[in-house]
Amino acid sequence: MQAHHMPPVPRDTLLRRLRAILPGHCLLTDTESQRPFECDALTIYRELPLVVALPETVEQVQQVLRSCHELGVPVVARGAGTGLCAGAMPHPEGVLLVLAGLDRIIEVDPLARTARVQPGVSNLAISAAVARHGLYYGPDPSSQIACSIGGNVAENSGGVHCLKYGLTVHNILALELLTVEGDRVTIGSQGLDSPGYDLLALMTGSEGLLGVVVEVTVRLLPTPQAAQVILAGFDSVSAAGDAVGAVIAAGIIPAGLEMMDRLAIQAAEDFANAGYPRDAEALLLCEVDGTREEVASCSAIVAALFRELGATSIVVSADEAQRARLWQGRKCAFPAVGRLAPDYYCMDGTIPRRQVSRVLTAISALSEKYGLQVANVFHAGDGNLHPLILFDASSSDEVRRAEQFGADILALSVEVGGCITGEHGVGLEKLRQMSHQFSPAELALLEDIKHAFDPALTLNPGKGVPILKRCQEYRALPARHSHD
Amino acid sequence: MTDRSGEMAATIADAASRQQALYICGGGSKRQLLGRDCPGQELTVWGHSGIIDYQPSELVLTARAGTPLAEIVASLEREGQMLSFEPPLCAGRATLGGTVATNSSGPARPWAGSARDMVLGVQLLDGRGQLLNFGGQVMKNVAGYDVSRLQAGALGTLGVLSQVSLKVLPRPEHSLTLAYDMDAAAAIDSMNRRAGQPGPLSGACWLDGRLYLRLSGAAAAVDHTAAHWGGERLAGGADFWLQLREMTLPFFAGDEPLWRLSIRSTAPPPEFHGPALIDWGGAQRWLRGELDFAALQRAAAQAGGSATLFAGGDRGGQLRPAPDAVTRRLHERLKQAFDPLHILNPGRLYDFL
Repeated sequence: MQAHHMPPVPRDTLLRRLRAILPGHCLLTDTESQRPFECDALTIYRELPLVVALPETVEQVQQVLRSCHELGVPVVARGAGTGLCAGAMPHPEGVLLVLAGLDRIIEVDPLARTARVQPGVSNLAISAAVARHGLYYGPDPSSQIACSIGGNVAENSGGVHCLKYGLTVHNILALELLTVEGDRVTIGSQGLDSPGYDLLALMTGSEGLLGVVVEVTVRLLPTPQAAQVILAGFDSVSAAGDAVGAVIAAGIIPAGLEMMDRLAIQAAEDFANAGYPRDAEALLLCEVDGTREEVASCSAIVAALFRELGATSIVVSADEAQRARLWQGRKCAFPAVGRLAPDYYCMDGTIPRRQVSRVLTAISALSEKYGLQVANVFHAGDGNLHPLILFDASSSDEVRRAEQFGADILALSVEVGGCITGEHGVGLEKLRQMSHQFSPAELALLEDIKHAFDPALTLNPGKGVPILKRCQEYRALPARHSHD
Repeated sequence: MTDRSGEMAATIADAASRQQALYICGGGSKRQLLGRDCPGQELTVWGHSGIIDYQPSELVLTARAGTPLAEIVASLEREGQMLSFEPPLCAGRATLGGTVATNSSGPARPWAGSARDMVLGVQLLDGRGQLLNFGGQVMKNVAGYDVSRLQAGALGTLGVLSQVSLKVLPRPEHSLTLAYDMDAAAAIDSMNRRAGQPGPLSGACWLDGRLYLRLSGAAAAVDHTAAHWGGERLAGGADFWLQLREMTLPFFAGDEPLWRLSIRSTAPPPEFHGPALIDWGGAQRWLRGELDFAALQRAAAQAGGSATLFAGGDRGGQLRPAPDAVTRRLHERLKQAFDPLHILNPGRLYDFL
């Protein structure tokens, strides 16, 4: 059951095979044109592949996979490159398979509320295409303008609305998948479940390690009649945390429930002028949606709860324009914080909600320890915490401190009963932290699952799950990356 | 409140050393349902019970797999919460583990998700008797493959569930049922149209010439929607949904084979003789009678889904469509990863597993 020890394939051999499959403009072989593909949105990890392939049809993808399988060449699939865990970073001895060109919406069935789309279609394009039917696609990661649905499946993307509407895994019905051998198989169905193992769940969030998705059938939701945002400032993080618990305890599942800390509030307000309270230590944005009657009744309850629990300021959106403006600050939070330093490093642990105060206090102490500022943006409804560590990537010392700071936050997340990644994925970035989360026996089983789909370990090697049992000397990524 | 995981682990390890097949059972409520007959020494999870952690404000409950579902539902009710996927309680015999292993989900499934959808984490015993944890007690977790949800519907063939963490939700403030007289084709159209409109729809079923729609949520929203949707307000509507969920409606009585079609919600009504019930807003169809399995498979495939022999008939034969070669290969390799000696519920899901 050992992986083959194949020597790296000569680049010429590989290129000859690929040129027989793809027209010239679909292959990038020189460093200059490959440069934009050297990393995903976690830019501190960079690598150039042997070749970038930009297929335009499913058949081309299939043939590329077949050839790579025969030659034992690693394949890294990539969508829009908005990922945040270096999951789409190229392999230096492999093919970077860019699926962005497969960007067709194949079919929309408004009555059945489904859409069949190619993997390169952007998340937002799906909602835009079905809006005239009064429908939309639920998961809305903050990169939704750019990120592709194929990448969403690979990462099991969430967004600000997932407490109520679920993650990618809850909003897809079927996948057309190519195995590492290039075999095409349908996973899931047009029904709500399928016989046999739930390979749809297994594939979702598998980070391109188990197969290549070439078509996705998504479920669509009716657009709510109305939505309203309640913004509240608090003079402590713990007061805001209590207010979050109170909303849930009142039996309300908000469409979105976001928290930001002082530094994030100020950065967002400087950037977006959304009307956030600059003097608050913490801010909550709570969106309720549904029928008009439901929204009116829920937003009154939420505003009253916030007042009761010591909110220092409250704004309830009066119309759509104000609702959009209140969200604007939160949606710009990452780039806004990004202006405070040359670079920022976004963490993604999930914690039990009741631990938020403890965790933020500990993060603040770590910020002192490492001498790096941190702003916190929190999907408070589902416990997913995004500390943004500010640093300067041109200083190797700061990079090291930022990485260590991040690692400490993840260890802390596990310690309080949470996990190392809520929605960004493990990729290359959190490979080391997998052993905080899982025992050796658990890691061995994850490795066996990888092996079940990809016996030669050529799909996105060196990412997602550590390979411990099987020798992987050749497959492993080089220990050094360009930032070292 | 008893932790029997150590004892169960020892039983599995011992069975593995003898290559002795094990049949996993909880309260026995689904022995004759869903799966094929399974020879093997009985490994009972019944008695491995107790709610380990339940924090209402976190919307998460963790319990041992042998915990009767009725006990969990009662605890949730005390806090104004519920299992949103409405699993049957099977007269107190349904357990948490069996519910997840069979992905057992009731009428709210299209709107509130399935058992699988609500699984956040599991602790399981693999075919070597190793106790392993996957997922967790938080809403979002993408560390490692989704081994937790993979257990849903696997009928115990990938491990013996020891603990499960589920997402739970608040109970709706108000529910009511609307009924309309119409034939199956009109009902399918109506269900799908209603499901495409914003509104608090939480159930859509057709039986004996009547369409039943359930609305649940904030009282204001339910009443307002009901006023617009017309139909007859059904007194005792809650009982109808309860009997549908528990499969105690007269439709489900008797020994005639019970077929389940999981298909595209808009598919036209099946052209088979015998009683039919449409649930899940059209996505789940039940048929009774001695029907031709191959013909049913073809019809279901044409409707974008599949047919299974849910209850009755020959429980030693094929109950679900045979997977294609690639899917079969992936099933076999996954089975090998979790249960290399093939001792956990052999044959229960497919004859080749």
